[in-house]
Amino acid sequence: MELINQHTKRIMEGCKERARAAGLSFTDESLEYVVTNRDLLELSPKVMIPTLYDYWVHDVEVLREKGKYELYPHNPYETVINTRPPISFYNDNNPDWLNVMIFYHVLAHIDFFQNNLFFRHTWDYDFTGQALSDKRVIAKLRAEKGRWVDYVIEFARGIDNLVDFHGDLADIFTPPEMECSSRLDYYFDLFLQTVKKVSVSDYIKEVERYNDCLKTFGEQGEKNFFREAELRYPELEAHFARSGETQPARTRDLLRFLLDNSEFLARDENIWMRSILEIVRNTSLFFQPQIRTKIMNEGWASYWHERLFLQDDRIKGHEVDFARVHAGVTSMPRVGMNPYALGMRLFSHIEEQADKGRISFAFQRILDADLRKRFDTGVATGQDFIFTVRENLCDYLFLKNNLDQEFMDRHKLFVAGKRLDQQRMVWQYYVKSRKAEEYQQMMLDSLYHPPVITVDQSKGIEGSLYLNHAFEGKQLVREYIANTLLGIEYLWGSPVYLETSEAEVAATSSHAPRQEEPREEDITWQRVQYSMNEKVLSKKKL
Amino acid sequence: MRAELATVSNGHDVPPDDKPRRDELARFSRSIYDFGDLLVLRQAVAPQFNAAALAKSLDELLERDRQREQDGFPRKIQVGKLVKPGRGRAGKVVVVPTTVEEKLFHDPTVRPAGEGGSSGGTGDGEEGEVIGEQPVREEGEQPGTGPGQGEGENHELESSAYDLGKSLAEKFQLPNLKDKGKKRSFTRYTYDLTDKNRGFGQVLDKKATLRKIVETNIALGNLPDVSDIDPTRFLIAPHDKIYRVLSREKDYEPQAMLFFLRDYSGSMAGKVTDLIVSQHVLIYSWLLYQYGGQAESRFILHDTEAKEVPDFYTYYNSRVAGGTQVSSAYQLVNEIVARENLVKDYNIYVFHGTDGDDWDEGGEKTIPEIQKMLTYVSRVGVTIAEHGQPGSTTVSRYLLGSGLLKDRPELIRMDIMQEDADEARLIEGIKRLIS
Repeated sequence: MELINQHTKRIMEGCKERARAAGLSFTDESLEYVVTNRDLLELSPKVMIPTLYDYWVHDVEVLREKGKYELYPHNPYETVINTRPPISFYNDNNPDWLNVMIFYHVLAHIDFFQNNLFFRHTWDYDFTGQALSDKRVIAKLRAEKGRWVDYVIEFARGIDNLVDFHGDLADIFTPPEMECSSRLDYYFDLFLQTVKKVSVSDYIKEVERYNDCLKTFGEQGEKNFFREAELRYPELEAHFARSGETQPARTRDLLRFLLDNSEFLARDENIWMRSILEIVRNTSLFFQPQIRTKIMNEGWASYWHERLFLQDDRIKGHEVDFARVHAGVTSMPRVGMNPYALGMRLFSHIEEQADKGRISFAFQRILDADLRKRFDTGVATGQDFIFTVRENLCDYLFLKNNLDQEFMDRHKLFVAGKRLDQQRMVWQYYVKSRKAEEYQQMMLDSLYHPPVITVDQSKGIEGSLYLNHAFEGKQLVREYIANTLLGIEYLWGSPVYLETSEAEVAATSSHAPRQEEPREEDITWQRVQYSMNEKVLSKKKL
Repeated sequence: MRAELATVSNGHDVPPDDKPRRDELARFSRSIYDFGDLLVLRQAVAPQFNAAALAKSLDELLERDRQREQDGFPRKIQVGKLVKPGRGRAGKVVVVPTTVEEKLFHDPTVRPAGEGGSSGGTGDGEEGEVIGEQPVREEGEQPGTGPGQGEGENHELESSAYDLGKSLAEKFQLPNLKDKGKKRSFTRYTYDLTDKNRGFGQVLDKKATLRKIVETNIALGNLPDVSDIDPTRFLIAPHDKIYRVLSREKDYEPQAMLFFLRDYSGSMAGKVTDLIVSQHVLIYSWLLYQYGGQAESRFILHDTEAKEVPDFYTYYNSRVAGGTQVSSAYQLVNEIVARENLVKDYNIYVFHGTDGDDWDEGGEKTIPEIQKMLTYVSRVGVTIAEHGQPGSTTVSRYLLGSGLLKDRPELIRMDIMQEDADEARLIEGIKRLIS
């Protein structure tokens, strides 16, 4: 890996000036490297992070065709990584005009990384630096513990999609004054409602009393409030203490839970495993926002590289070349999805809507199509508005809030379906729907969404770990359950249970000519419980 | 600014399209996460895995895998899962060590909504209008459904070849191999000291030399009395010395013709196909390695009718959704053998993979074809990968019913495995078929 030459770097700095002038904001420094095919071979398994820890699976061709992005929630071929300073990768024989386009694309990505709030937790440190020290920790452990280090990495990576990214974000953004003590939370949320089952009026009285206490005693209000409450309920303190033991604060983050609660990991001889779990968890959290902003991030970058390239006075005469490459990247496919194309159009659409003042209640309540078409308040706040969008949304909200029927009609979008024509033995692709809601739903369904698996220690036998998979109309990939649970059992040190739902496809008789297409309408859902005990997997229906 | 403009290099070309334009329908099942800047912005092509590195690491990886088993964890590395033979170039079977990082994630293949899923689209067309069709019988056009990598993005794995056959070579041998038709000149040679040469060479052939010397001396009249020979008086010409020289010997070996038959009907979808082709890949790559030029392969796919396909690639990647007539495939083999008179020159082996479904309930058509086949083949190996309850498939039922398996165990074998069989089970199966 070599740095780009001074000539190209000068072009990059020129791009930075123009991008800043247009409103993008990013740190001053950036590193640009030329990568060869050979470099790419080493980098892509490490998701372009040059300093990521070594792991034998990186040396093996990994079967990716199944559930590609669910298993590997990050793209191995990113051009720019979210580090301090940001690092981007280039081909060494790009013509300058193409570099200009790519530089703008990269700068917009950097702007996105550094301003979108879903990346907040990555702002305060340099991930490559962190990764380098992690890599050294792992190398050192490997020297001491040998292959067991790799087993622990493997087991930890097996659950690295079960981290509570959103919970962590919420912690960052909850202002301290909004927090109240856990005792207060417990008293009002659980104790009064579920333990004491007080009437609504009593509950409200209690709330009033609390507010009065705050008003009268200020800082000491809560203390005084509880003094009286304890007189009334002497058992409160004991209940509260017990609730702290049984209810882990965060149940969606399995890795965190294991780190905090696994007795196996707490043993002196196993304490080293914790550092590995931490490393794997942090790495996963680092990549989480990236996969959740794919459409926005690429859309944003495409929007800006188009706009800034066309304004750039340095590369006049390459408009046609640019148009060709740009169209290749951002054209809407006849069937299929393209995050660059969709994201870019959606940003332009939002900007235009905001310019005309349409992102307002006044516009939303108009039903008359003709009036809607002519609605224009001329506020011209679009530019500001897309910056707000870039700052605050992720893919889900981006699509949910902005993909409307106007957008659909304008770009002639539709949901494409695929079905089998039994008579003629062909797959037919057809226009399934042109409704915005259905297109939106189809897009939302295709977004990255790891299963919601929570720890529920009120079930299962003493000492075991009970996991509950929330049913969302999908089943887990069955063949992977065994090995994943095996890893969890190892890290937990006792039996592990997993409650989940499985589809039962009604069996067709093997004598009759088999229905050649799996009959999907015959699905019924069955709640099942897997248990992993001493490396033996068993399953029972619930 | 001017300076920058002046220094803009002369490069005016758009980088060449590195991807051939594909059928636009192929993008249907492409996820938005398949796009990466480096590839999309033409910054790079997907890198190829390095053959040498993979080959080197394979032994190490397998050793690691053995160690895993000793440590009490299931094996994780599979060999022979990924195959990317170049189209039309038979013999380019490449096998790499592969693995999967297992996690808990949603299975996208179970959908309550019918049909083949949905995707985005742009352009004209009323709701319900068909905008494109794709014949089911088309080869290898089902991205992601075939084993291997389906529509790999320019993944040419040739350079990452590793002969799986090598690791299997010690384990198997073709059964009932007979000498037949030694007409072919082979590329395999052995070197031996069989040729003789006068005057110089590698090893002196003492007996032959002595005989020659005696001959010469008789001719010269140097040996008056044959009953009283005095070797010290021999006249020895350099030309009398006979040597053995190292020479290349042609090694005639029996020929084998292998027919790979595969059910590719709709019921074969998913894991079953995976298993069958994996097993055939194993057999095929082993043959290529072990028997080189001596073993030739033919590939036949069948649903209700059978057809021969030109190469392993097509064989491997094809998929349709039709019914099943097992007899059609056997019939085709019989036809080919008769037409090309293969029996005379070849040992014939037939490997058939199916999920056990057959519309020919009692095997009325199939059994006669098999019986006909058994008159000339060296071995028929039938692999059945079962979907459901063990022993309930049509094919296994009529094969067992016919008594052929019991009467002619030398010629026909059957291996039944469950849908969830693993690599070890596949190899076990091969042993059963060809032992």
